[in-house]
Amino acid sequence: MRELRYREALREAMFEEMERDESVFLMGEEVGHYQGAYKVSEGLMEKYGERRVIDTPIAEAGFAGVGIGAAMVGLRPIIEFMTWNFSFVAFDQIISNAAKVHQMSAGKIQVPIVFRGPNGAAKQVASQHSHSTAPFYTHIPGLHVIQPSTPRDAKGLLKSAIRSNNPVIFLEGETLYGVKGEVPDEGVDELIPIGESRLARPGTDCTIVTWGRPYYTVLAAAEKLAAEGIECEVIDPRTLRPLDTELMVQSVKKTNRCVVVHEHWPYGGPGAEIVDRLQREAFDYLDAPLERVTGLDVPMPYALNLEDKVLPTEKRVIDAVKRVSYAK
Amino acid sequence: MAKIIGLPKLSPTMEEGTLVAWTKKEGDEVEIDDLLAEVETDKATMEFRSFDRGVLLKILVPEGETLEPDAPVAIIGKAGEDISDLLAQVEAGAGSATVSAPAPAPAPVPAPVSAPAPVPELASVSASDGRVLSSPLVRRLARERSIDLHTVQGSGPRGRIVKRDIESYAGGALAGAALALIGERPAPRVVKASSMRRTIARRLTESTQTTPHYYLTIDVDIAPLADARKAMNAELEAAGKKVSLNDLIIKAAAVALRRVPEVNASWMGQEIHYHQVVDISIAVAIDEGLMTPVVRDADRKGVAQIADEVRDLAARARDKKLQLEEMTNGTFSISNLGMFGIEEFTAVINPPEGAILAVGTIRDEPVVDGGTIVPGKRMRFTMSCDHRVIDGATGAKFMAAFKTLVEAPLNMLL
Repeated sequence: MRELRYREALREAMFEEMERDESVFLMGEEVGHYQGAYKVSEGLMEKYGERRVIDTPIAEAGFAGVGIGAAMVGLRPIIEFMTWNFSFVAFDQIISNAAKVHQMSAGKIQVPIVFRGPNGAAKQVASQHSHSTAPFYTHIPGLHVIQPSTPRDAKGLLKSAIRSNNPVIFLEGETLYGVKGEVPDEGVDELIPIGESRLARPGTDCTIVTWGRPYYTVLAAAEKLAAEGIECEVIDPRTLRPLDTELMVQSVKKTNRCVVVHEHWPYGGPGAEIVDRLQREAFDYLDAPLERVTGLDVPMPYALNLEDKVLPTEKRVIDAVKRVSYAK
Repeated sequence: MAKIIGLPKLSPTMEEGTLVAWTKKEGDEVEIDDLLAEVETDKATMEFRSFDRGVLLKILVPEGETLEPDAPVAIIGKAGEDISDLLAQVEAGAGSATVSAPAPAPAPVPAPVSAPAPVPELASVSASDGRVLSSPLVRRLARERSIDLHTVQGSGPRGRIVKRDIESYAGGALAGAALALIGERPAPRVVKASSMRRTIARRLTESTQTTPHYYLTIDVDIAPLADARKAMNAELEAAGKKVSLNDLIIKAAAVALRRVPEVNASWMGQEIHYHQVVDISIAVAIDEGLMTPVVRDADRKGVAQIADEVRDLAARARDKKLQLEEMTNGTFSISNLGMFGIEEFTAVINPPEGAILAVGTIRDEPVVDGGTIVPGKRMRFTMSCDHRVIDGATGAKFMAAFKTLVEAPLNMLL
């Protein structure tokens, strides 16, 4: 094991997959000569040239569509959105083509494509550029949606996504790119399966399900709660569609309570889906109503003090855990 | 005045930056907005421009070093200014106390924002409408452990019974501290209540909760009745029969009820029923509980017949062979715990009857008779009365009549 940043882990995944498979290529705004808006693709063009690392005009609908077409005829494109906020321009291509072609061609045509880029709020980029987009894409049958929290998961899941024959939505985080974490040594070809959740922290008293940026908020809150005698078990679903609830159900059966913490808005989405499944699959084991700590139900304010209120905070996580634990 | 220059935050998400290259060297003049250095951030290599005018007096950080925002990187001031204090400050780690970079936004105070859209709770559901509020887990545990949730105190919101309540309930009356002292105790043996047990529980709870009981105790000389019994049994010996003291007490009570018929009554809500018959319910202890077979028209039956009937009813009660009509519609009850040495006790009224007589044991004790202490045989009787139908004086009148009959059994013939 060695320590890598999240962005370096993603970069390695792309290097390794492009090295392994000639049909893999990267396309997007500033991915080549500028080496990526967030330097995720740094060095890729130098190694694989302009034929496989393609700078596009600012035309998301166009290059998403070109990518889908390329995938339909046998290539394995990685399409980088500079941020997922810009994917809205390409929404029709993703929903109507990427997610549908396999079914509408009676299984004759596959679309092995990965759309990736930073998702969610960064810092003071205001309402139009702070979307947590998981609910939009997890809603669509025909898409896989992955949102890794750690460098190791980012690398292992991106490699699996590139090798998948399904269209994959791969949600990264601007605030996560600098996060460091353990990643298997160079040369270890670790593939993390799509649709498998992970136990991030063992505990006995309350289950917390979380992913993405709040993952780190939750781990910090769990340490503070442990100091007060409440041991939280933290589970990261990693893949939001298909959703693996087995580990969560087992955990809730043990702890009898659960808080789901996510950045996206509270109305619907994977957070609500998880609560729905857990209340049914673990009904006879619940000692308290399930709670959620979410991004607040407003367009993201620009003001820093308000933005900090809208995003899930340690205090809100701690309060919710205490409520479901009937603790003071 | 010279000041320490800190590394500015060059992108909103920058958590550290690498000072790639200085573009000024020590001693250079610096104008506001002059390029000082290049810093690599999480986004890109950014320009680090000066917010101050003066001379770059000291470079604190070599090229290639990675730093957190606000870390001291240089000192700018007037040419020749003494900066030893500032250097000491940097050395001490006080760092960017006088940093000139744009002041970082003050750390926001986390406000107590409650979770949006919590799982809604039905406001109309409350413990006051008789529903027991409990978590799904508690309902499952209660099913598995045969716990009646009506008997568990809930500590959750609006009295909801939660896991910790049922766990402390399972521990019984032993408080947590005591439990810790004596360690793990065996759990109680759990027996499902029989239907008889549940009927007893329901009827007696109802009686004590809805009937205003009061109690009258009287001490009587039982020697005359014991003598009468002896005489009767001598007479009955040839027939192979026997009467007990209790049979005589039943007879005496039945006759007393004829003399004070207001006690032979039932409260029926809007009416009082004064019974025309004297049917005495006899409390009989059996293995699983208690039954009350009825001796009908006890006032009109001879003691020998009462004795026969009581013996038969009690035997069939123990064998659970009684018919329903043999156990219902009594008008007055007698309960006797004398055989256990109980001197006196109070019994619970068997509704809708108006009273129950509790019989104690025979006591041999000194009695003052005409100024002389003589050996006496005494017995105490306590009658529980339903105050809705029997007032104190009425009850007392009955007890006096009863005492007269017991102390002079011949009066029963009157």
